[in-house]
Amino acid sequence: MKKESLGIIDAQYFTFAEPPRRLKLQSGRSLGPVTLAYETYGTLNDKKTNAVLVCHALSGDAHAAGLSPDDKTPGWWDGMIGPGKALDTRQYFVICSNVIGGCKGSTGPSSIDPETGKPYALDFPMITIADMVEAQRNLIDHLGIEKLLCVIGGSMGGMQALQWASAHPDRVLSAIPIATALKHSPQQIAFNEVIRQSIMADPAWRKGYYYEHGQPENGLAVARMIGHITFMSDQSMEKKFSRKLKKENLSFQFTDDFEVEGYLRYRGYNFVKRFDANSYLYITKALDYFDLSGDSFLAEIKKTTVRFLVISFKSDWLYPPYQSQEIVRLLKRKHGYTTYSDLTSTYGHDAFLIEVEDETRLIKNFLAHIPQN
Amino acid sequence: MKLDHQIIADVITEEAHVLDLGCGEGELLAYLRQQKKAQVQGIELDEDQMHACVVKGLTVLQGDIESGLVDYPDACFDYVILNQIMQEIRKADFVLQESLRVGHRVIVGFPNFAHWSVRLALTFSGRTPINDALPYYWFETPNVRFLSIRDFIDYCKKKDIRIEKQFFLGKQGTISFLPNLLAQNAIFVISKK
Repeated sequence: MKKESLGIIDAQYFTFAEPPRRLKLQSGRSLGPVTLAYETYGTLNDKKTNAVLVCHALSGDAHAAGLSPDDKTPGWWDGMIGPGKALDTRQYFVICSNVIGGCKGSTGPSSIDPETGKPYALDFPMITIADMVEAQRNLIDHLGIEKLLCVIGGSMGGMQALQWASAHPDRVLSAIPIATALKHSPQQIAFNEVIRQSIMADPAWRKGYYYEHGQPENGLAVARMIGHITFMSDQSMEKKFSRKLKKENLSFQFTDDFEVEGYLRYRGYNFVKRFDANSYLYITKALDYFDLSGDSFLAEIKKTTVRFLVISFKSDWLYPPYQSQEIVRLLKRKHGYTTYSDLTSTYGHDAFLIEVEDETRLIKNFLAHIPQN
Repeated sequence: MKLDHQIIADVITEEAHVLDLGCGEGELLAYLRQQKKAQVQGIELDEDQMHACVVKGLTVLQGDIESGLVDYPDACFDYVILNQIMQEIRKADFVLQESLRVGHRVIVGFPNFAHWSVRLALTFSGRTPINDALPYYWFETPNVRFLSIRDFIDYCKKKDIRIEKQFFLGKQGTISFLPNLLAQNAIFVISKK
């Protein structure tokens, strides 16, 4: 089958929860107005039964596929979304929105607070995965979609897929959580805490109110470097960098002698240009707060009819396969008909963005057989 | 269509809920879904075989059988199938008991270790038998359990398990005469008393 690009995709915006009808948040606080940036690919059919919601990970955005209008950057999951691809846009209407708390067009800490005329900064309320999904539900309502054919995502996107299926089982026919978990382990929380501390330890963070002065560049870059280490595996790092040097000889100074050091610095400082430090704090906290373990998953339901495809990767040590197997275990208790694949890959957590071929085979065939009563 | 699959398919009722343990590439499940409109779930450890099931549009979990059953509620399947897999399971008793818990009926198919060719090979050549139903050398066999038809019947008696149906398979078709000597494979339909 011929695979084509979707071409230039323009972002769209949906604003809701205008005061006084603010969006109620899990923390008890509220937020409004709320804007969601989103993109769509393909065409919604007349019965509105072919919609697939793609949820992005920590640093992702609404630009999942096609090319951005300004610099022609391909979307973060362009290999998976488009004509002839896993989420075939000749068949499905694919939606991806930026999460609330983010910094890519949706309302987040860097957005202007209409009450003060200044960025919210740390006055922005704490948000959770459930809040992100609640905001998405408003968008799906706005698009007139009663039932999503599928909610899919990797990592934090997978948590949103789990949240959707659990909170709105009547509005989801299937869910595909990839490389994700029902809750963060202490190890995952610990990494996130070090990430947050490295941002907050940078004096340029100014307790969150830095917008007039510029980003806490060093803190955010270090935060992202920690992230990148956890996204790779020992094996993938060995293959990519080994102990290769950037120059011929050791410098005997604290410069980036090794290629891996250069890579981390490059990725870290590049990230500063495209991501807001406070958004990184808020979203990592949302990840840590998420907990659908035990009885809270599909709480009201004895026998689930939502079809699940759960995918993990053998070398993923950030979201190890046992966490996906825990999802499968809970689905069995709900007598769920479930497909689970623990894919062989050496790419670690990054695999969900890289292993396009294996994921395509699973997802394409899974979606083609969703019973549509 | 393989004879054992045909026998199992004939046993299974229309629109039944079926769990196949060690479902391989899912030929049987695909057939049951198509012919019996069965609601099917497979469990398979092998990644390639599991993917072959997904390509057929089957619902299948990648995982091992011994830990695969514990989380299912009681009696949530009409049939649990253990076809040509029991001889590879270490905790055979546990898996059979768990299968009887999660399924109303359990269908068990296995090679008969008391077939005359097995007896001859052991007695006269003094070597581990190799035949159509047991086609492996000792150093490459996945089998860890060797049982005969009589062994299985004894087991059911001892554990107070009801044998609802039994089929004995020869090379050409089913047989009824001296099954423990002449049948290469057996299929039992069992349930809790």
